[in-house]
Amino acid sequence: MEKVISVTQPKKKKGILKDIKQNKVSYTMIAPYMLVFSLFTVIPVLMSFALSFTSFDMLQAPKFIGLENYINLFLNDEVFIIALRNTFILAVITGPISYIMAFVFAWLINELPKKFRWFMTLIFYAPSISGSAYLLWQLIFSSDMYGILNSRLISMGIINSPILWLETPSYALPILIIVQLWLSLGVSFLAFIAGLQTVDRTLYEAAAIDGIRNRWQELWYITLPQMKSQLMFGAVMQITNALGIAVVSINLLGFPSVEYSGHTIVTHLLDFGSTNSTRLEMGYASTIATVLFFIMLGSNLIVQRIIRRVGS
Amino acid sequence: MTNVSQEKQVQDLKLQELELYKQQNRKFKKYKSVRLSRSLAGDIFLIIFLLLFGSFSAYPLIFTIANSLKPLDEIFVFPPRLFPRNVTFDNFVDLFNLIGNTQIPISRYFVNTLTITALGTLGHVMLASLCAYPLAKHRFPGRNLINQLIVYSLMFSAAVTTIPTYMILSWLSLIDTQWAIIIPAFGFPLGIFLMRQFMNTIPNELLEAAKIDGASEYQIFFKVVMPLVKPAWLTLVILLFQQLWGTDGGTFIFTENLKPLSYALSQIVAGGVARTGTASAVTVIMLIIPITVFIINQSRMLDTMAHSGLK
Repeated sequence: MEKVISVTQPKKKKGILKDIKQNKVSYTMIAPYMLVFSLFTVIPVLMSFALSFTSFDMLQAPKFIGLENYINLFLNDEVFIIALRNTFILAVITGPISYIMAFVFAWLINELPKKFRWFMTLIFYAPSISGSAYLLWQLIFSSDMYGILNSRLISMGIINSPILWLETPSYALPILIIVQLWLSLGVSFLAFIAGLQTVDRTLYEAAAIDGIRNRWQELWYITLPQMKSQLMFGAVMQITNALGIAVVSINLLGFPSVEYSGHTIVTHLLDFGSTNSTRLEMGYASTIATVLFFIMLGSNLIVQRIIRRVGS
Repeated sequence: MTNVSQEKQVQDLKLQELELYKQQNRKFKKYKSVRLSRSLAGDIFLIIFLLLFGSFSAYPLIFTIANSLKPLDEIFVFPPRLFPRNVTFDNFVDLFNLIGNTQIPISRYFVNTLTITALGTLGHVMLASLCAYPLAKHRFPGRNLINQLIVYSLMFSAAVTTIPTYMILSWLSLIDTQWAIIIPAFGFPLGIFLMRQFMNTIPNELLEAAKIDGASEYQIFFKVVMPLVKPAWLTLVILLFQQLWGTDGGTFIFTENLKPLSYALSQIVAGGVARTGTASAVTVIMLIIPITVFIINQSRMLDTMAHSGLK
């Protein structure tokens, strides 16, 4: 799978130190990036883990309290249970659907004549381009009669008075799901389009000779197995996104949302750990972050295993 | 030997069969690329399907653009219309007037966003490419571990690391400077992952040839590798641009004249119902630049994403 070359002439190995010396150039090249990467990705994860066993307010030194944070989180924090439930509902629905959508749209776009492809790609990718584009759903779900959805429903005679879409708890999750699906095609969609374009054309001709006669068979027997690695990459992107839903909830439903109806693990984390928050319970917030970390990593690794098994 | 020639005969027969099949189907004459597995009904279905979902995807954007071109009385007409009757640029003019009246001139915010975006993008592309090259092409102790770490880092979002990141930035006294946004952007994991995947595809012979000619590793990197991976670093530029362009400084910047454009514009949007038109104008302005950048670089981005696969 990997082709590598040695920077230096391979000499007799005399232990790891010598090996490291020989590769000085490689280490100097990776050093600047690895410094930043360690400082803002690796070390924070470890710190978060360590802080999760402490009581810490950023003013005084952290105090070790063992598993108290974890016990409180799972047994005494009702809001966290709501957040956990919402996060799982959102992830289980938006994760797989957005993943399948990204693939299906990429696949269909790839069937179009070349001239139209770039345009359709733009249409589907545009929502993910700008970080704040989801704000325009505020206009759609706005609670007065000028809100687009309300005015449409009123003029069609379905409802008589405007519905408070963003303030009614039972609408919170469906709205989040719709908006999240709208903006979630993202990089995995591009990866799929690109992957489809690199599938070897001659494979399709060969398949046609071997008796494959419709696009479903072609998809199942040729395209999907050829794209396995892109499918894995896309899964990672979609899962991480789906479990990290927060910004959309905060901006559309408010922070905190009515009766915590749009509360997720990340919004719960921000509630305790944001420097804007009045709570400043950094130890507790780190516990939430650590739990989230393991949920994200765990579900990614499980799904990787499943996808790897497909077709083998 | 006989086995091979037999197989070849079978293959030839099948090819002839294919040619016949193509000739029988008139449809193929219309298309350049010949695909046997396509039916007309299927084509029609797929176009309808794409148009349906495409309009779901585009509707909010089109509506916002239309709104930004409507005079105030048309925005509040009941029932609302999608397209404006009298196209006006009043909303954009209002926006510039509003911004002109703030204490800090809009150009300040604009320069801030530009600084953050330019430095963050440039730094990331440089550092990530320089690091991706040995990770893809050299063998050294620790390489596999680092590669693993990078893949794992794609599996969780930045929310996990907010608190320690804030602490580290404050230890480095970077809080309330633009570096608090710029420097962490250098370490963006998706960028180096894509870059490394793309560099994997460079043939080793090319690098070895350069080495025989006496080029140093840095010369190889700048003169051979970087020109070859142009699609990849353009992709990194787009991804970083998208991330940084929309940043509002969050909790890292609180001095007013250091804040980025996105923050200033969100303050205007917060002005309530009367500012609906202006708010739409704001959204259009924030969207137009990343979308243009994407359109220009789309094909290169797809080149890069083709190698994004995880093993």
